[in-house]
Amino acid sequence: MSTLSRRRGRLSPYLLILPGGLWLLLFFAVPIFQLGVTSLYDPSGSLEQGYAMTWAFGNYADALSQYWPHFVRSLVYAGIATVLCLLLGYPLAYAIAQKSGRWKNLMLVCVIAPFFTSFLVRTLAWKTILSDNGALVGFLRDVHLLDASGRLLATPIAVVLGLTYNFLPFMVLPLYANLDRLDGRLLEAANDLYASPARAFAKVTLPLSMPGLVAGTLLTFIPAAGDYINAELLGTPNEYMIGNVIDSAFLVRLDYPQAAALSFILMAAILAIVFVYIKRAGTDEVV
Amino acid sequence: MGDLRLVNLTKQFGIFTAVDDLSLTVPQGSFFALLGASGCGKTTTLRMVAGLEEPTTGQVLLDGQDISRLRPYKRPVNTVFQSYALFPHLDIFENVAFGLRRRGVRDVAGRVARMLSLVQLDGYGKRRPAQLSGGQQQRVALARALINEPQVLLLDEPLGALDLKLRRQMQIELKRIQTEVGLTFVHVTHDQEEAMTMADTVAVMNAGRIEQLGAPAELYEYPASPFVANFLGQSNLLAGDVAGKAGDDVEVTAYGSRFSLPAGRCRADAGSVYLGVRPEKLRLAALVDEVPAGHQYVTGVVTDSSYVGVSTQYLVRTAWGTELSVFAPNSGVTEQIPLGADVAAYWHPRHAFLLRREPGAGDATQPLLEPVP
Ligand SMILES: Nc1ncnc2c1ncn2[C@@H]1O[C@H](COP(=O)(O)OP(=O)(O)OP(=O)(O)O)[C@@H](O)[C@H]1O
Ligand SMILES: [Mg+2]
Repeated sequence: MSTLSRRRGRLSPYLLILPGGLWLLLFFAVPIFQLGVTSLYDPSGSLEQGYAMTWAFGNYADALSQYWPHFVRSLVYAGIATVLCLLLGYPLAYAIAQKSGRWKNLMLVCVIAPFFTSFLVRTLAWKTILSDNGALVGFLRDVHLLDASGRLLATPIAVVLGLTYNFLPFMVLPLYANLDRLDGRLLEAANDLYASPARAFAKVTLPLSMPGLVAGTLLTFIPAAGDYINAELLGTPNEYMIGNVIDSAFLVRLDYPQAAALSFILMAAILAIVFVYIKRAGTDEVV
Repeated sequence: MGDLRLVNLTKQFGIFTAVDDLSLTVPQGSFFALLGASGCGKTTTLRMVAGLEEPTTGQVLLDGQDISRLRPYKRPVNTVFQSYALFPHLDIFENVAFGLRRRGVRDVAGRVARMLSLVQLDGYGKRRPAQLSGGQQQRVALARALINEPQVLLLDEPLGALDLKLRRQMQIELKRIQTEVGLTFVHVTHDQEEAMTMADTVAVMNAGRIEQLGAPAELYEYPASPFVANFLGQSNLLAGDVAGKAGDDVEVTAYGSRFSLPAGRCRADAGSVYLGVRPEKLRLAALVDEVPAGHQYVTGVVTDSSYVGVSTQYLVRTAWGTELSVFAPNSGVTEQIPLGADVAAYWHPRHAFLLRREPGAGDATQPLLEPVP
C-alpha cells in the first residue's frame, strides 16, 4: 500500500465526520452557546431595550424556585408515558419481529403511518376522542369507571395518554430493530435446557433486547419530557409541563433570560437522568 | 426399560419429506451413532426427539411413554447443537450452569468447574462466547448439555470443529462419561471412524430413511445396500446377474466371468446384483497363476498408485473399463507395483458380498456420494 493511500485511509474517518460535524456546529453548538449566554443576561432588560450581560446566575435559582412543580410534573408524566409505551410497545415489537410472518412490512407501515400526518392534528384528534360527549367518556360513565360528571379531557390522564400515543413509535422501532435480530435458536437452546417460555424470555430474550429497550425508552422519555403540545391541547394550566412554561416565556412573556435558564435546567436534568439510567442499564442490575 | 423408541416418525416441510417413516430403538445406556449425507434429515430427527420440531406423524417413546407432545423443557433430553447456540450475553460459566440453575440443582460452582476442566477449558469461565475460538465454543456447547446428565443426550456433530488430537481426547471422555453414568447418547457425525469406534449401534440414513442399522463391524463387513457400502468406507461394486445356486453358494456372472460366494453373504439371490469387495480385501498378483487356490480374481492394468504411508492405494483398470480400488498394506512383504503392470486382483469369496441392483445400473466403484469429511 502506498503512503498516500494509507494516509487517506487514516484521514477517512475525519472526512466522514466533517459534513455532520459542520452541521452540528452551525445549528447545535452555536445556538446552545447563544442560549447559555442569554440565560445569564440581566433579567430586567427586554427585547426592545436590549439585554445587558451581567452573569446573572440568579436567573437559574429564580426559574427553579418558581417552576419546580412543572419540572417535577414533566418528569413524572414523561416517566409514566414511557412505562406505558414500553408495556404496549414491547409486545407489539416482539410480535412484529418474531411472529408476523408475511404481515411484517404491513405492520411496520402501520406503526410508522401516524407520522404521515402532523403531530398537532393527531393530538387534536385525541381531543375529540377524549371529549366529554365522546363515545369513550360515555362508555366509562356507563360502566361507572367515571362518575356522571367525570371527564377525561383536561385531566392528567389525557395528557399522559396523549404523550403515550404520540411517542409509541419511538419505542416500537428501536425495539423492533433489536428483536428482529434475535436468534430463535437461542430460545430453542434455552427450552432444551429446562427453561419454560417465560423463563427463556426473562433469561434470554429480555437481556438480549436491552440495547433496543434502552434506546426506545430514551427516545420516548427525552422528547416527552420536553413536550408541550399534549399538555396544551389535552390539559389545563394545572397539567402544564415545563415545555409550556418555556414556550410562554419565549413567545408570550418574552422573558428570554428566564426561558433560556429553564431550557438549560431541563437539559441538565435529562442528561443526568439519562446518564444514571445508562450506567444502570449497562450493568446486570436492570436485567 | 428406559429405551428411546422412534415409531413411524415422519416430518414434512411443506411437500418435502425430511424424515420418512423412521422407526428405531435405542436401548438405554447405549451409544447410537447416526451417519448420513448432508441434508438427509439427521438434525431434524434429533429435533423431534428434543421436542423442538413437532412430528408430522409418528411417536417418540421414552421409557415406553409417548413424549412427542411434551414441551422441550419438560423432556429429560439435552442437545449439543450443531450451531452451538451459546448465549452471547452470558459468560462461559453461566452458559454451562444454565440448565442446572433452571432445575435448582445445588453446588453449581463445583459442577461447572469440573465440567469445564473436563472439556479442557479451565479458567475460561469469565469469558464471553464471542471471545472463544470455534473449537472452544463447541466444547462449551458440549459441556452445557453434558453437565445435566440427561436420560438421553443428543449430539449433533459435537466434535466437528476440533483438531484430531483434541477430538480423540473428547471421544474418550464422552465414551467414559456415557458408560459411567449410563446415559443414552444419540450421536450425529460425519466422521465414520468416530461412529465406528464409539458407537454400539450405527445407523446410516439416506433421504430421510434408515438404510441400515447394526453393529459397526456388521455394517462395514456386510452392508445392506450400495449406498451403505460406499458411504461407510469404500467398495468395489461390479454389476452382474445371479446365475444360480450351487449348494451353499450363489453363482454370479459379470462381464463374462463366473464368481461365487457363500449364500450367507448375499442380500439378494436372484436377478440383477452387485458383487462387492472392499478395497483392502483385494490383493494383487503379477500373474494369474500366482492367485492362491480358493480365491477369485479379475485381471487388469495398474493405472494409478498413491502411497499413503500405512498402505498403497492402487487403481486397477479392468478389460471392460471399470476401475477397482485396491489397498495394499505396506507391511514390507510385497513390493510396490509399477504403473502399467498387468495384474490380477483377487479375493476370497467369504470377503465378498452380494447386493440387490436396480436393473440397468452399472458398476459402482466410486462412492455414490462423497462422504463429507
Ligand atoms: N424448517 C425447515 N423448513 C424446510 N425444510 C427444512 C427445514 N429444516 C430442514 N429442512 C430440510 O430438511 C432436510 C433435512 O435437514 P436436516 O437439517 O435434518 O439435515 P442433516 O441431515 O442434519 O444435514 P447436515 O449433515 O448438513 O447437518 C434438508 O433438506 C433441509 O433443507
Ligand atoms: Mg444437521
